Amino acid sequence: MLSIRNLHAEVEGKQILKGINLEINRGEIHAIMGPNGSGKSSLASVLAGRENYTVTQGEIIFEGQDLLEMAPEVRAREGIFLAFQYPVEIPGVSNITFLKTAVNEMRAYKGLPPMEARDFLKYTKEKQQLVSFDANLMNRSLNEGFSGGEKKRNEILQLAMLEPKLSILDETDSGLDIDALRIVSNGVNKLRNSDNAFVMITHYQRLLEYIVPDFVHVLYNGQIVKTGTKELALELEEKGYDWLKEAYHLKESV
Amino acid sequence: MKNSNDIIDDIASKEYEFGFTTDIEMEIAPKGLSEDTIRFISAKKNEPEWLLQWRLKAYAAFLKMKMPAWQHFDMPQIDFQNVSYYAAPKQKKQLNSLDEVDPELLATFAKLGIPLNEQKMMTGVAVDAVFDSVSVATTYKGKLKELGIIFCSFGEAVQEHPELVKQYLGSVVPHSDNIFAALNAAVFSDGSFVYIPKGVRSPMELSTYFRINAENTGQFERTLIIADDDAYVSYLEGCTAPQRDENQLHAAVVEIVTLERAEVKYSTVQNWYPGDKDGKGGIYNFVTKRGICRGAHSKISWTQVETGSSITWKYPSVILQGDHSQGEFYSVAVTRNRQIADTGTKMIHMGKNTRSRIISKGISAGHGDNSYRGLVKIGPRAQSARNFTQCDSLLIGDQCGAHTFPYIESRNNTATVEHEATTSKIGEDQIFYLNARGIDTEKAVALIVNGYAKEVLNQLPMEFAVEAQKLLSITLEGSVG
Repeated sequence: MLSIRNLHAEVEGKQILKGINLEINRGEIHAIMGPNGSGKSSLASVLAGRENYTVTQGEIIFEGQDLLEMAPEVRAREGIFLAFQYPVEIPGVSNITFLKTAVNEMRAYKGLPPMEARDFLKYTKEKQQLVSFDANLMNRSLNEGFSGGEKKRNEILQLAMLEPKLSILDETDSGLDIDALRIVSNGVNKLRNSDNAFVMITHYQRLLEYIVPDFVHVLYNGQIVKTGTKELALELEEKGYDWLKEAYHLKESV
Repeated sequence: MKNSNDIIDDIASKEYEFGFTTDIEMEIAPKGLSEDTIRFISAKKNEPEWLLQWRLKAYAAFLKMKMPAWQHFDMPQIDFQNVSYYAAPKQKKQLNSLDEVDPELLATFAKLGIPLNEQKMMTGVAVDAVFDSVSVATTYKGKLKELGIIFCSFGEAVQEHPELVKQYLGSVVPHSDNIFAALNAAVFSDGSFVYIPKGVRSPMELSTYFRINAENTGQFERTLIIADDDAYVSYLEGCTAPQRDENQLHAAVVEIVTLERAEVKYSTVQNWYPGDKDGKGGIYNFVTKRGICRGAHSKISWTQVETGSSITWKYPSVILQGDHSQGEFYSVAVTRNRQIADTGTKMIHMGKNTRSRIISKGISAGHGDNSYRGLVKIGPRAQSARNFTQCDSLLIGDQCGAHTFPYIESRNNTATVEHEATTSKIGEDQIFYLNARGIDTEKAVALIVNGYAKEVLNQLPMEFAVEAQKLLSITLEGSVG
C-alpha cells in the first residue's frame, strides 16, 4: 500500500528525516516510537503534505502513485488520513457542517453525488455510536471548547466517517486518561480490517496494549534504527531509548 | 502545489461578476452642480415648490461644508463639477404596468438575478428596481395596497403622498447633517418610499435593487421608511455597478422612523464595483443611514454585508428616543485588493431602558483596509440603558489592515456598556486541517469565513443569507495567507 524509500526531508532548512525506509501492507498496524525530536511527527506531516516540509530526496509511493506529487486534499481523497496531535479549532463552523463537507468532497472525487441529508444523518449516527462520540458535540463549532479527549475522539469519528485506506495516528494517546484511551482504542479496533492499514505514532507502550501492532519501528535522529514486533515496545518501556542511542552512535562512528 | 502568494495573486484576477453595461438610450443631465442643476432635477420630477426650496437650502448648506477629515483613509479629491447628477433611461410615456418597461431594462435586472416580470418574480419579495437616477419598476404593488402598505418610488410618493413625505423627509437625517447628506438632499433623484400603516405586518419582504449604469454619473437615492404603531417590515437593499476605470460617487441617504412598538429590519448586501486589483476605478460609497425609534418599545435593526465599493464610508445608526426601544447593528465588511471600508454605527440612547447591540465582523485580504468606527452615547435621561458591542477582525495575508475606533460617552451612571474586540488570522493550520480532510483551500477559506461571519449572516432573511454566503465565498476566492 505504502512504500517510503530513502526519504529525506527538511523544515526551515533543517534536516529532519534522513533516509526513512518503510513498507506498509493492507491489514497491517505499524507503531512508530522514539524519543522527542526524533522525527516522528515530521514523518506524519510529510505524509499528509504539510506545506513547510520540503522533501529533498527519496520517494513515497501510495497505491502505485507518487504521493509527493499530490496536494494535501488529494492525498486525503486518495485515502490518507492524519489524526492530528493538536486538532485545530474553527469557530462558527459546526462539526456536522464540517463532516458533511468533507464526506461530500470525498464522494465528489469518486464521482458520487452529495449524500442526501437523511442518509447523512443516519450514517453519522451509526459512526458516532461505533466510536462512542457524544452527540451533543455534533452541533458545536469544530473542536471549539472541546476538552483534549473530546478533540481526539473527534479525530477518530472523522476517521470512521471518511473510511481511509491508511490512517496515521499522531500521538492520539497523548493527553488521554485511561477511559478515553480505551474508547479511542476500541474505535480503532472496530475500524481496522484486512483492507486498511494504520500507523500509530506514540511515546508510550501503553497504547499498544489496546491496539496491538504487527510491527514496531524505532525512529531516532531521522532514521528507523530498529524494527521489531510488539515485544520491542515492551523492551523500550523497560530500558528506555539510551541503549539504542548508544548502539546507533557506535554504528555511526564506525 | 500553489503557495500562499500564488493564491493571493489569484484573487486579483478574479473578475467582478456584475461588471457589464446596458446599452440603452439615456437622458443625461450635463455635468456640473449649480442651482440650475437642482432646478432641472426638481422640474424633471414635477416637484412641489416646498421640495425645491428644501433642496436649495441643502445646496446652500453643502456649499459651506468641508469634506470630513476624521476617517481612517485619505479622502479622495472629488470634483463635484465633473459629475452628472441625473441619468434616466428614455421612456416615451407614463408606465402603467410592468409590461411597458423597456425589455432591455428587464433583461438587465434578470441578468442581475432580479426578475421583474410577473411570472418570474421572487415569491415573498416585492422589488423596487432603481436604474441610475430613476425607479423603473415596483412589483407586487397592488397586493401591498390592499393592506394599506405604500411601497413606491420616492418620486411617486412625492406626487401621491406629499403630506407623509413632507412630514418625515429630513426628520432623521437633516439636510445639513454632513456634506454627503447635504449633497444628496440637494440632488437626489429617486429611491424608495415605504409606509406601513398602524397594526400591519408586511407579509412580504420589501426590497430595492440599485443599479448604476451610466458613465460619469453619481447615484443619489433617498429611501424613507415609516412604520406606524405596531407595524413591522423587513426591508432589503442590493446594489451593483458596471466595471469602469473612473470612480463613481454613490451618496445615498436612508431614513427610518418607527412609532410605538413598531419594528423595521433593514438588510443590505452591498456589491458595488470594487475597482481592479491596483485600486483603479470602483464606487465611492458615502452613505448616511439612520433610524429613529420614536415610539416606546420600538425596534430598528440594521444588517449589512459589505463586499463591494472601492471606498465604503457608512455608519447606519439608531436614535433610541422611545423608552424600552432597541437598536441593532450587524455587519460583515470585506475588503481586498485596495479596497477601503470605514464603517460602523452610532447608537444614541435617549429613552429609559433602551438597549443596543452591535456585532461587527471585519475581514481584510490583499491590501484591503478595514476600520470599525462606532459611537455608543448614553444620554442623561437614559436610565438603565444597555449596550453590548463586539467587534472582530479577521486578517487574510500579511498586507492588509484592521482597525477599531470605539467611542463610548455615558452621561448616566445606571447604564451598562460592554465592549469586546478580537483580531485573528486565518491560520495555515486551519487550512491544512481542512485540506487533510479532502477539502481544497478555496472551500476551506469559504468555510472558515462563513463560520466567522455566521452570527451576522444568521440575521439576514433566508434568500439573502444564501446569496450573501455565496458572495462572501466568491469575493474571497483564493485569498489565503
